[in-house]
Amino acid sequence: MRAILTVAGLSLISGQALADTIEVEVDIPRMSVAEYHRPYVAIWIANPDNSVVSNIAVWYQQGETGEGKGETWLKDIRQWWRRTGRELAMPVDGISGPTKAPGTHEIVLATDSGPFANLKAGQYQLVVEASREVGGRELVSLPFIWPLKAAPESQSGERELGKVTLRLAD
Amino acid sequence: MKPTFFKSCAVALAALSLAGNAFAHRAWILPSSFTLSGENQWVTVDGAISNNLFYPNHVAMRLDSLSITAPDGTAVEAENTVTGKYRSAFDVKLEKEGTYRISLGGDGYNASWEENGERKRWRGNAETLKTDGIEAKSGVEISRSVRRIETFVTLGSPTTAVFATEGTGLELKPVTHPNDVFAGENVSFQFLQDGKPAAGVEVDIIRGNDRYRNAENGLKLTTDADGVITFTPDEAGPYWLSAESSGQSSLNGKEINLRNSYVATFEALPL
Repeated sequence: MRAILTVAGLSLISGQALADTIEVEVDIPRMSVAEYHRPYVAIWIANPDNSVVSNIAVWYQQGETGEGKGETWLKDIRQWWRRTGRELAMPVDGISGPTKAPGTHEIVLATDSGPFANLKAGQYQLVVEASREVGGRELVSLPFIWPLKAAPESQSGERELGKVTLRLAD
Repeated sequence: MKPTFFKSCAVALAALSLAGNAFAHRAWILPSSFTLSGENQWVTVDGAISNNLFYPNHVAMRLDSLSITAPDGTAVEAENTVTGKYRSAFDVKLEKEGTYRISLGGDGYNASWEENGERKRWRGNAETLKTDGIEAKSGVEISRSVRRIETFVTLGSPTTAVFATEGTGLELKPVTHPNDVFAGENVSFQFLQDGKPAAGVEVDIIRGNDRYRNAENGLKLTTDADGVITFTPDEAGPYWLSAESSGQSSLNGKEINLRNSYVATFEALPL
């Protein structure tokens, strides 16, 4: 009952298609390299002027290895680090997570809590930045208008990131 | 007007005017990282006076005057210090969040005079100037020189406490923080002379790896009325900045020539 009310409420306010969850899909490509390490990935929402609205996820090495704590290389996700990472006390609940294997990863976010809650109508970008040890770095920016339209938005990286998709859940 | 590397005629002219200077030795210190995350990180720093940036191919930097300042203003000791033939190196442990200043330099005097038909040259500080009785030498010419060779590294978010003016010579004050420079974006630095905005100071900026270029492609700028220069590094990489000014200083009521120099190393990251 509550869910129905929420959905109805949203559609009244914003005219958004009927949904109360958002899906962010990030494809981490499989690499054919001698030394492979899973990339550090940061996903955030930014204004068109690159100022940060909110963080969605940061995937990095949790804990400590012989080479040091995972936080040591967060600065290599360099735009994220500059725009927001360096201001955060890591780990951040609900944002920090372990690195992911190659494949398609889906983050499901509610529209009534988390980064998309209280997002004012307007132009934004979903930014995904990946940085890989002994590898490259790539940033994919996917512009979107909030509230989302029914059709999914997507943008593809060329090397370190595959397809990045933002859509309303079915 | 915003000067950019490789894109402006003014730069080409500046490069020509620099040609006479092309083989000047350059003093620098270069940290292994400028920006760090996590906690208890280390940087290793090289220091040399060389012909190319940043290749130690002339003489090692002397580290006698080295001082390292933590973000909270406390002094940090260099570790694993070594001075080789062409370069010196040392490690710095970063235990506090913020910007560290790694600095060399000094405030000293140069003197020259004739003695028994021979030209004598002397270099020292305010104290040895007295103890060596330099001012009493007949026909002595004394000049003062205030020098700084610096770099900055940041653990976590950049801070500005280490840029507090010391009030002597040329100093850099961030408008853009030197650990927040990105290729393709405007960068502004302010220069202070004896703690006040230094107008009309000439500043050279050269990207590292000039060894692999046929032309230095440097940028020659002059500070505006507020002591500020603004430029856009078109390419990512380590950069060498050198500023000089001259003026007068007084020594026991006598006017003497004063030369100030300032060198900093910073990096521009790719967007």
